[in-house]
Amino acid sequence: MSTANQSTAEPKRRIQFAFTDEQEQFRSALRRFLNDRSPTTEVRRLMATETGYDPAVWRQLSEELALPGIHVPEQYGGAGFGMVELGIVMEELGRALLCAPYFSTAVLAANAILNAGSEAQKAALLPDLASGARLAALAVTEPDGDWNPAAVAAVATPAGDGYRLDGVKSYVVDGHIADLLIVAARAPKTSGLEGLALFTLAADASGVKRRQLAAMDPTRKIAQIEFSGAHASLLGNLNDGVKAIQRTLDQAAIALASEMAGGAQTMLDSAVNYAKMRVQFGRTIGSFQAIKHKLADLLLEVELAKSAAYYAAQAAAANDPEWPALASLAKAATSETYLHAAAECIQIHGGIGFTWDNDTHLWFKRAKSSETFLGQPSYHRELLMQRWGV
Amino acid sequence: MSTMNETEVRAEVREWLAANWDPDLPLAEWRGKLADSGWGMPQWPKEWYGRGLPVGLARVVEEELAAIGAVGVARSGVRLLAAATILEHGSDVHKKRYLRRILTGEDTWCQFFSEPGSGSDLAGATTKAELKGDFWIVNGQKVWTTSAHHADHGLLLARTDWDAPKHEGMSFFIIDVKQPGVDVQPLRQMNGHASFNQVFFTDAKVPKENLVARVGDGWKVAMTTLAHERRGADGLPPPSKRGTRIGKIHAEEREETEKANQPYKWYPQRAGRVDLIIERAKETGANKDPVARQEIAKLMTLAKSAEWTARRARAAQRQGRPQGPEGSLGKLAASHVARACARVHTLMTGAAAMLTGAESPRDGIIAEILVSVPAVSIAGGTDEIQRNIIAERVLELPKEPRFDTGPFRNVRRN
Repeated sequence: MSTANQSTAEPKRRIQFAFTDEQEQFRSALRRFLNDRSPTTEVRRLMATETGYDPAVWRQLSEELALPGIHVPEQYGGAGFGMVELGIVMEELGRALLCAPYFSTAVLAANAILNAGSEAQKAALLPDLASGARLAALAVTEPDGDWNPAAVAAVATPAGDGYRLDGVKSYVVDGHIADLLIVAARAPKTSGLEGLALFTLAADASGVKRRQLAAMDPTRKIAQIEFSGAHASLLGNLNDGVKAIQRTLDQAAIALASEMAGGAQTMLDSAVNYAKMRVQFGRTIGSFQAIKHKLADLLLEVELAKSAAYYAAQAAAANDPEWPALASLAKAATSETYLHAAAECIQIHGGIGFTWDNDTHLWFKRAKSSETFLGQPSYHRELLMQRWGV
Repeated sequence: MSTMNETEVRAEVREWLAANWDPDLPLAEWRGKLADSGWGMPQWPKEWYGRGLPVGLARVVEEELAAIGAVGVARSGVRLLAAATILEHGSDVHKKRYLRRILTGEDTWCQFFSEPGSGSDLAGATTKAELKGDFWIVNGQKVWTTSAHHADHGLLLARTDWDAPKHEGMSFFIIDVKQPGVDVQPLRQMNGHASFNQVFFTDAKVPKENLVARVGDGWKVAMTTLAHERRGADGLPPPSKRGTRIGKIHAEEREETEKANQPYKWYPQRAGRVDLIIERAKETGANKDPVARQEIAKLMTLAKSAEWTARRARAAQRQGRPQGPEGSLGKLAASHVARACARVHTLMTGAAAMLTGAESPRDGIIAEILVSVPAVSIAGGTDEIQRNIIAERVLELPKEPRFDTGPFRNVRRN
């Protein structure tokens, strides 16, 4: 596997259009693990629980597969790989719809610390996240649901050796189970992209009130968190906060795009298998061109979405200056494809596809939550145009 | 197969070129020399104008020719498809008579496959050939024939047995186009160009020995031709890097290329001209309109993803991995891209999208895009046929029930 990380000092490397043999082997091992540990019976069991994950499986994927720190440099306890490998993990997790705090802890929180933290903070905070010992959540967005960091209203006021945090965060993935919170807030009397920074605090600190929201997608739990005078530490410094936040969100967009590409593939596979099995009018429905053409179109769409996710991850790993634009491209492209694939999968299943007992709705709901999380397709298309300078 | 390595091949071709390349020779004479030496088509067998080299080494030879600016054998149009078909299925008489003149560019070829009554269903051809004495007598009509108006010979797929099943009743012929029984008429397309012809056969004659393979083998032989066409041995000559070279032989080659390219002038437009989208957005001010920005972003996302998908397919091929689904999707993706381009060009152009010719923006290019894009999802296999192929071969969905089995005479047709 490559060892590219996201440091700006990393020299440029070429975009690869094929995965290496080692990356393919890693993917296969991961897929075997997930087939075994995350069948839909487990997904259904865990999505009905309060915490939403199985600590034993989380320990196993942390200790045996080193997944939470796959992209974290070795000096902070990680495996030292980069965005491409993180993308592979997310694609496979999305395929299997694993219920685990991976996106929150490994992607959103660990990247926020990598992007914003001082050397000492990275050394102090990352090893526990990379080992899976602690869970963390990133809180940027607020109840107004605006994904642009400029909309952050939470305020961090200097107080003693730290800051006092006031405000409300919402749509915080795994906010209900996180041990560590990373919060975007602004200096008093600032607005827009000025004065923004990230702050850390323990989730059980005084002045923090957490409430799990009733999420349509029960496989990815979200919380609302109120801060009233909670004591927090600045992550990194006040000047680079906005850059770190934006970078973290762009990396998350690529990771989520990979997850969505994986989920879309599951929906296509499921639809194709059902079309080969289901008989109506004396023939398998997959022999009707109405179904064949739908599935051929879907295959094309899913492959295009995978290409977008793969290319964006490669560009980020190569530190190509275009990568933030491509993160938006991939996020918009994969979310539309995922939702379309899930909807077509339901359609091809017919009536049974609309039942609770059929598994399709589990992915449909993840497609729905992912379509909106980090910003809907139209938001990212507009970002893409801005980032391309159009 | 030759056991020569790259260094030996380079040395030998260099030596031959040093002794023989002469830009003052007439084009056909030079190409004759090149063909006879085997360096013109090094991947062909030794006994037929080749050297039996693997394709990788043939590329090395091409590099050497290009390095000194030497003109290669003729490649444009259908001629290399004809040559590949003759090499695989033709008799020694065919090979002797046609191959060399294909390579020298003295003869031009065309392909008589599609018919007004059989488009997607090529095996439904009803042009018939009947053996009378020493000649096959051909009657019927072919269509979408590029270059028929200046072709010397044609590859002809015709029905010879109406009682055999559809695919088994056809035979393959080489027919002289320049004879009284062959009437070539240009076919004007909706974009005003006439890049193709329709061809009427009225008691046209094919000498008995111009049957390729055996009677009834026509479909099999035609599949060889089409396989080479898909592999890209056809059509557009590569853009000449020798465009600025001085000398009679280069002028002659340029003229040949220009003539061969003439019918394809609008091809970039039928693909939608995604390369113009961002420029046009800025020049029309569409980049200030939020709705247009969304549509442009959607199109560019689609076009980029299609490009990356093609590159994934090529990368997997280079690594020797079994081809994944990404390799079969290019044509269908290209149709989507072209149609999306036409929509966005229209959106950005506004009322001027009603104009054509020099009145239309970009000296008519925009108008030409709008009226050429409908060809992409039809030419070379319609989108619907592509979807069937993808569904059946990649997704392994069951085939449709067939209604065209049994004697062809009884099969319903146009």
